[in-house]
Amino acid sequence: MPKAPDPITRDLWHVVAATNELPIGQIETTLLLDRRIALTRGIDGEPVAWLATGEENGDEIDSETVLDRLPVRTAYGYTWTCLGTPSAELFPIPEFAEPDRVNMSCGSIGIHVSAPRAVENFLDMGHFPYVHTDILGSEPHTEVKEYDVEVSEERDEVLATKCKFMQPRAAKSATTAMEVEYVYRVPHPFCSVLYKSCPEDESRRDVIGIFLQPMTEETCRAHLLQSMIDSTSTITDLRRFQQTIFGQDKPILENQYPKKLPLDPRSETPIRADKSAIAYRRWLSQKGITYGVIPQAS
Amino acid sequence: MDCPVKPGNDGQQNFGEPMITLYDFELSGNCYKLRLLMNILDVAYGIHPVDFFPGREHKSDWFLRLNPFGQLPVLQDGELTLSDSGAILAYLAKKYDTSGQWFPDDPAVTAEILRWHAVADDITATSSAARLALGYGYNFDIEKSRKGAHRIFRLMDEHLWFGEKSGRDWLCAPSHPTTADIACFPYVMLSEEGGISRQDYPALRRWTDRVRRVPGFVVMSGIFPAGPAKT
Repeated sequence: MPKAPDPITRDLWHVVAATNELPIGQIETTLLLDRRIALTRGIDGEPVAWLATGEENGDEIDSETVLDRLPVRTAYGYTWTCLGTPSAELFPIPEFAEPDRVNMSCGSIGIHVSAPRAVENFLDMGHFPYVHTDILGSEPHTEVKEYDVEVSEERDEVLATKCKFMQPRAAKSATTAMEVEYVYRVPHPFCSVLYKSCPEDESRRDVIGIFLQPMTEETCRAHLLQSMIDSTSTITDLRRFQQTIFGQDKPILENQYPKKLPLDPRSETPIRADKSAIAYRRWLSQKGITYGVIPQAS
Repeated sequence: MDCPVKPGNDGQQNFGEPMITLYDFELSGNCYKLRLLMNILDVAYGIHPVDFFPGREHKSDWFLRLNPFGQLPVLQDGELTLSDSGAILAYLAKKYDTSGQWFPDDPAVTAEILRWHAVADDITATSSAARLALGYGYNFDIEKSRKGAHRIFRLMDEHLWFGEKSGRDWLCAPSHPTTADIACFPYVMLSEEGGISRQDYPALRRWTDRVRRVPGFVVMSGIFPAGPAKT
């Protein structure tokens, strides 16, 4: 039996599916915190979630017959649920509501690694030239310049700012190499949102979110969001760009060992470029998260 | 939207109109086979991206008109529309390989290549199925797929090991790679995404290094270049 998740993790909203990819009148099952849950959408398009009791993918269902439901909410195109008592609002991404943005899911992809490892990889710029060669980085421009990290007390999130990196092809809309500025937020233990200079409009930023669904302590599903300023590319083009990047990260992530994220500062040696990862690990530790991590020995 | 590309320069616009259009999904190993061979042969082509996942565009009406089987890849060369990666590899080699090496005319070698194209389809049905089940939510039997892939990998490993002992570096008899090597390569390389380790198959791993050193080799997402060869 897997151990029960810590109370903080249990009471969080967790992403489970891209809402409009859920079939209407049919069941889709997935794992959340070691529990099998069933999902569907009613004819009104609203998602419904419940703890599965032997249902199988593709079973037909009328969502109105589901009485014992888990709480659900839809945000940023995704369905979120909670196995405990949802305590707080979901974190805000105000840009998502801007009328001229192209918002899209980019697929929900299973990865054999813990959710916190996937968040940490998302925060890392050091791997750009080696893993995302000729897209997000290229040799010899490998330096991660000094950047700022803080934990915002007010918003309870990790914030990394003034992250700069020379990128050959920063986005689908990029036509030349540019020095890109990033802001990273970690507003949820298993979600991160990044803002990067937009090649099409210097005054605005493209927004990319990675929302991790912790399936077990060592496996998760990455749900990718793009909220872009791009007046020329198609959704298919924009998805392809993001999937190309994510497909490069996947084998690197799955080769990380141990698969859970160690929170003891002495267990993996950080370098200066890992400042945001150090703050993230400390933040998880202070919150009392033990799911998907190796907690610091007390 | 069509994105004309030059070989090895994916996504960069050029202003010539290539005759060849590949209906393509970046994370598909079967599409990658064609990108790889066209790059090796220095054939110019355009990419028409297909939203296989999550959009399931390969089951859309417009795509089913191109390929009623609803499978990627599809390749158009002028008026000709082709599907099935193995068939398209043979076509590209016969039409554009001036060296005649990638799909030789010799009847025995042709039979050997087609035999390995069939193995490549079995690798897709096992190794790729496990990857799709774990990563992309497909309802395939993961344990059965893994077992099937291990059985094929063990046979390939033996075949390649005996080949190395007799001076044969590739899947087929000729002293150079053929489309058989291209067809079998991607879903061997992507097996770990399906939880299928290649640790027990050293000759298979050495062969993947040799494929990655073929002049004109390009990567796809999830496949990295080989390290420098041991001297």
